[in-house]
Amino acid sequence: MDALSHYLSLAVETIFIKNILLAYFLGMCSFLAISKKVETSIGLGLAVVFVNGITVPANWMISHYLLEKGALQWTGIAGMEQVDLSFLTFIVFIATIAAMVQLVEMTLDRVSPTLYQSLGIFLPLIAVNCAILGSSLFMVEREYDLMEAAVFGTSAGVGFFLAIVTLATMRYKLKYSNVPKGLRGLGIAMLLTGLISMAYMSFSGINL
Amino acid sequence: MAVRKTLDTFAGPLSRSNPITTQVLGICSALAVTVKMDTALVMSGALVFVLVGSNAIVAALRDLIPSRVRIIVMLTIIATLVIFIDQLLKAYLYDISKQLSIFVGLIITNCIVLGRAEAFALKNTVWESALDGLGNALGYGLILLLVSAARELFGSGSLLGFQVVPAFLYAENGGWYVNNGLMLLAPGAFIILGLLIWLQRTVTGYTEE
Repeated sequence: MDALSHYLSLAVETIFIKNILLAYFLGMCSFLAISKKVETSIGLGLAVVFVNGITVPANWMISHYLLEKGALQWTGIAGMEQVDLSFLTFIVFIATIAAMVQLVEMTLDRVSPTLYQSLGIFLPLIAVNCAILGSSLFMVEREYDLMEAAVFGTSAGVGFFLAIVTLATMRYKLKYSNVPKGLRGLGIAMLLTGLISMAYMSFSGINL
Repeated sequence: MAVRKTLDTFAGPLSRSNPITTQVLGICSALAVTVKMDTALVMSGALVFVLVGSNAIVAALRDLIPSRVRIIVMLTIIATLVIFIDQLLKAYLYDISKQLSIFVGLIITNCIVLGRAEAFALKNTVWESALDGLGNALGYGLILLLVSAARELFGSGSLLGFQVVPAFLYAENGGWYVNNGLMLLAPGAFIILGLLIWLQRTVTGYTEE
């Protein structure tokens, strides 16, 4: 019971209070580029939830069993407790993410062609989405354990999903309003994001 | 003619085709590291190094990289340069590297780097690509500098750590001035950058749609 409430509060905190997009600015590029249509933003959001939920625990295992100082002790080879490969973190993480995205793409194509059809074009884009690499790096920095990493990865994705769908619906409404010329497109999207982020900040008073 | 083109490659990204406000690349880090001016400066320096380096290397290898695997090859080149700069920062500027936390690592997925490699370095010579990298990195640095100056001035009343707003004006010293705490938080960054984009696009006359 205690464990459950711990994971639940971690999830709520990651989705609302420390929203990966609105509080840490990760994944802004795809957030601004894809949020012009509601349907595509839902597709991208789902793809991020999916990939993030898989890559963060996968990267946890890699960093815990291969890269950290003394992580190679399980091999039993003498002197391994001195080996510290953590400077390789970036390059290994980005390779894992690219490989995972490829794997998810192939599995989806085989298992569920309809889901593949709707997520298909977004999956390659995700390999270079900073939200994915950012969550993996945050996971290392905040020293989560495996279960926490899985919860954090999934709920960071859900937070991204919520934010991008909110902005997409607002931009849809925006089509019918007369925005000043220089502010059209990127400018007004930034100001709107600021307002959404301000709204999300009101969650920060919640104590869990 | 050739001189004009070279000049354009370098100066274009500083104003008309600025990577952040016009090309919409690399916004994540532009917002995250701009609470204080010193972090923004260090981040811009790191990006200058990575972008010039990656553009030059990709341009030098452009005839050798098979186009099917070009993304992963470019990512590897970029990641190597980022690891280099990250270790350097950890060794010589430890405090600032702690403040920048994961955002140095995120230069790898900074769309400016991959975007310029893909759009420019794959088709141009080493010299032109390095120049394009330098121009784009400085254009990025310019925006970072403006946003961070506005946020630090209004949010903490200082510039580069030096107090600019006189102390006697503050409310706790019997004055009337209060720092705007919102500027230090996420919404402040979004709004300042939004206004900056508006200003830049009004001046250059660029519009979307």
